[in-house]
Amino acid sequence: MSSEQQLKLFEVFVRSKRGLDHKHVGSLHAEDAEQALEYARDCYTRRSEGVSIWVVNSSDIVASQEEDAESFYDPMDDKPYRHATHYQLPDAVNNM
Amino acid sequence: MSQFKYSEQQLEKAFQARVDAEQKIEPKDWMPEAYRKNLIRQMSQHAHSEVIGMQPEGNWISRAPTLRRKMVLLAKVQDEGGHALYLYSATETLGVTRDELIEALHDGRAKYASIFNYPSLSWADIGAIGWLVDGAAIVNQITLQRTSYGPYARAMVRICKEESFHQRQGYESLMVLANGSPEQKAMAQDALNRWWWPALMMFGPHDGESAHSAQSMKWKIKRKSNDELRQAFIDQTMPQIEFLGLTVPDPEMKWNEQRGSYDHGEIDWDEFQRVINGDGPCNRDRIEHHKKAHAEGAWVRDALRAYESKKRQRLAA
Ligand SMILES: [Fe+2]
Ligand SMILES: [Fe+2]
Repeated sequence: MSSEQQLKLFEVFVRSKRGLDHKHVGSLHAEDAEQALEYARDCYTRRSEGVSIWVVNSSDIVASQEEDAESFYDPMDDKPYRHATHYQLPDAVNNM
Repeated sequence: MSQFKYSEQQLEKAFQARVDAEQKIEPKDWMPEAYRKNLIRQMSQHAHSEVIGMQPEGNWISRAPTLRRKMVLLAKVQDEGGHALYLYSATETLGVTRDELIEALHDGRAKYASIFNYPSLSWADIGAIGWLVDGAAIVNQITLQRTSYGPYARAMVRICKEESFHQRQGYESLMVLANGSPEQKAMAQDALNRWWWPALMMFGPHDGESAHSAQSMKWKIKRKSNDELRQAFIDQTMPQIEFLGLTVPDPEMKWNEQRGSYDHGEIDWDEFQRVINGDGPCNRDRIEHHKKAHAEGAWVRDALRAYESKKRQRLAA
């Protein structure tokens, strides 16, 4: 298949149960979003794994890179006071 | 397509059945217009409270007694800004824009927790706010993790995870004062005296007088009544007050063996009404400050949009 005929790639997200977040389950090729939804149903929810599907153009996803992890997350490492466990309270009142 | 197949009553019945079965309502589901309106009111009020609540605490960031306390307070206030963002975004899934929500706050149509209309007069107030105000908020928010609207419930789960540190840092800092010099202990007591009653008011009017309660419970937007939540807060907080060696400013507070709960004195509901309706110590300041900050941030939003369109033009060229 020539590159012009390549179908677009879509990422598929499935909500397994009402109230839960949609979760990424995989991707697939489709000619448009509507078709992607139908393919996703056939591919990813054959055993009623979900109650709702989202499809998103893969090219629309902007992702951070592993190599950038340092500049993204390092500043958080020296802030232990953001965690509840940083505050030591006596047993008598420790249930908050 | 469903609106052609089902009547409004049938849709409403199916909606209520779903709620009764403890299933969440999600943004694209059909929902009664009044449910949507009620949610927008409650969720935006919640979001506004997070934002306005940054003011009394922000007041002390530059004057925190130690560098550690300053970093902790900064981190907490930053969290509250984040909470507002989760909640505004969740509210926007109901088809209302951020601008509309801010406008309603500015012109007084939307409310926020009335406790933030009280001033933070001393450093001890910062401890009291974390301990009592966040503590009361947590009691309410824990039950809201089971609210019927999915995006609201999920925002609450995230927020509750972050709240525990807020309350603990407040209590920890009050412990230092309560065990310090007589002057420091007096500061802690004074803060408790001023924040106790407004904290109880955070739960709203008695169940019989609450305008939205019955319907909200039927829709499972609210999961516990105002009075139930208030009682839970009192019961959990009384031992914490005793542990600090402080005195609750309510002479009628008494353990009721039979109920296994504390009996307490009546709240000053006139004060509650006054503050809710705009006449608390800081109402005008709070909104003026928000308007000012919002207006002063306009150039940032403009710059972002200008940068966006430049980038687009460059890509198109
Ligand atoms: Fe918060
Ligand atoms: Fe908080």
